[in-house]
Amino acid sequence: MPPRSEGPEELPISGDDDVVRVRQLVRTYAQDTKLSLVDQTKLVTAASELARNTLIYGGGGFARVEQVSDGRRAGVRASFHDEGPGIPDLTLALADGWSSGSGLGLGLSGARRLVDLFDLDTEVGRGTVVTVTKWKR
Amino acid sequence: MTADAERAQTLTDLLRANSEPLIDQWVSAVAALLRGRSTRVELEADFKEFFAALLPLVGRDGKDTGGPEFAEIRSLLEEYSRTRVRAGFTPSETAASVFSLKRQVFDLTENSDDPQMFRQLMAFSGLLDALGLLTFEFYARARDEIIREQSEQLLELTTPVVKIWEGVLAVPLVGTLDSARTQVVMEKLLEALVETGSEHAIIDITGVFAVDTQVAQHLLKTVVAARLMGAECIVSGIRPQIAQTIVALGIEFGDIVTKASLADALRHALRREGVDVVRREAQ
Repeated sequence: MPPRSEGPEELPISGDDDVVRVRQLVRTYAQDTKLSLVDQTKLVTAASELARNTLIYGGGGFARVEQVSDGRRAGVRASFHDEGPGIPDLTLALADGWSSGSGLGLGLSGARRLVDLFDLDTEVGRGTVVTVTKWKR
Repeated sequence: MTADAERAQTLTDLLRANSEPLIDQWVSAVAALLRGRSTRVELEADFKEFFAALLPLVGRDGKDTGGPEFAEIRSLLEEYSRTRVRAGFTPSETAASVFSLKRQVFDLTENSDDPQMFRQLMAFSGLLDALGLLTFEFYARARDEIIREQSEQLLELTTPVVKIWEGVLAVPLVGTLDSARTQVVMEKLLEALVETGSEHAIIDITGVFAVDTQVAQHLLKTVVAARLMGAECIVSGIRPQIAQTIVALGIEFGDIVTKASLADALRHALRREGVDVVRREAQ
């Protein structure tokens, strides 16, 4: 696979195929950043959950993936943007086993546990942006 | 429109009067181009049809190939492109079949210095260009169809259900598990359980890169469905990174038997079947 630029890369999320594509992109970045196999798998799984949320609950949007550094260590940051209905009750949305859809209700809360940094920016009627970061150990 | 038709009269007449030698030369030119990969007889049959469908269209400039007058030639070209794709011809070779006619018609009208004829030839040339492009389009569409068929076949191929022991089935899953594939796996597994009368099924996920909540949910549903049919499912091939991810996600596999390797799962299934594997004493 050709080496990727360190700049951000964006992919649209408008169908099931796109979720797979986002997952593959995140995986490439995670491999290039030399995350451990466990961390790669965790980040890719989190990205898979969040991309699917963007698709199902946000009505589609886009994902942005980039390599980041905090001066000491490198990492991968992925953000998921949608202009959907937003999340009215964050506490509930982040609770284990609660789903407004038909899933297991572990996607958002599980994704949060899989990454090092988790940031959720949502406003009812405006949309949701979820940003996750995984550092190299 | 009527003026157009009148103007074309002479070229149409000329083409009709010379149809036999024209088709013959056209077939020769294309047969030479395809270097014997298509017989003259086949080409002649196709081209005669094209020619007959083309004659009433002479005088059109080919800007409205979507119109009802073009329906016949469109379907002929579509069929032609489709068979060419399957036979492994390139898109250029396919379109060249149409473009070659131009040369023959130009040769035929070489000696004419009638400006009227020249205008008609220009229009005819445009018509053939449009039809040639149409074959490109049909060719691409036929190829897309083949690709779609192949990916469907691949879906079937990548999810085999194999019998590894009397009463024990195994499904090795590889790659990405989406809803469509899981559906195929579940159906095939349940069918195979009935067919073989097996009571144990091993779903091996060694080849699955990541297990997220959706994949887990699909797996759980498959296991529950199998259980309803009286069969026990074992999920095997859970690698360390997958195990850690599943724990972090908080997915509960409940009382489903899971094993690290396919070998462990087989041993478990055999024991439940009442089979003991014993190493033979050295002689």
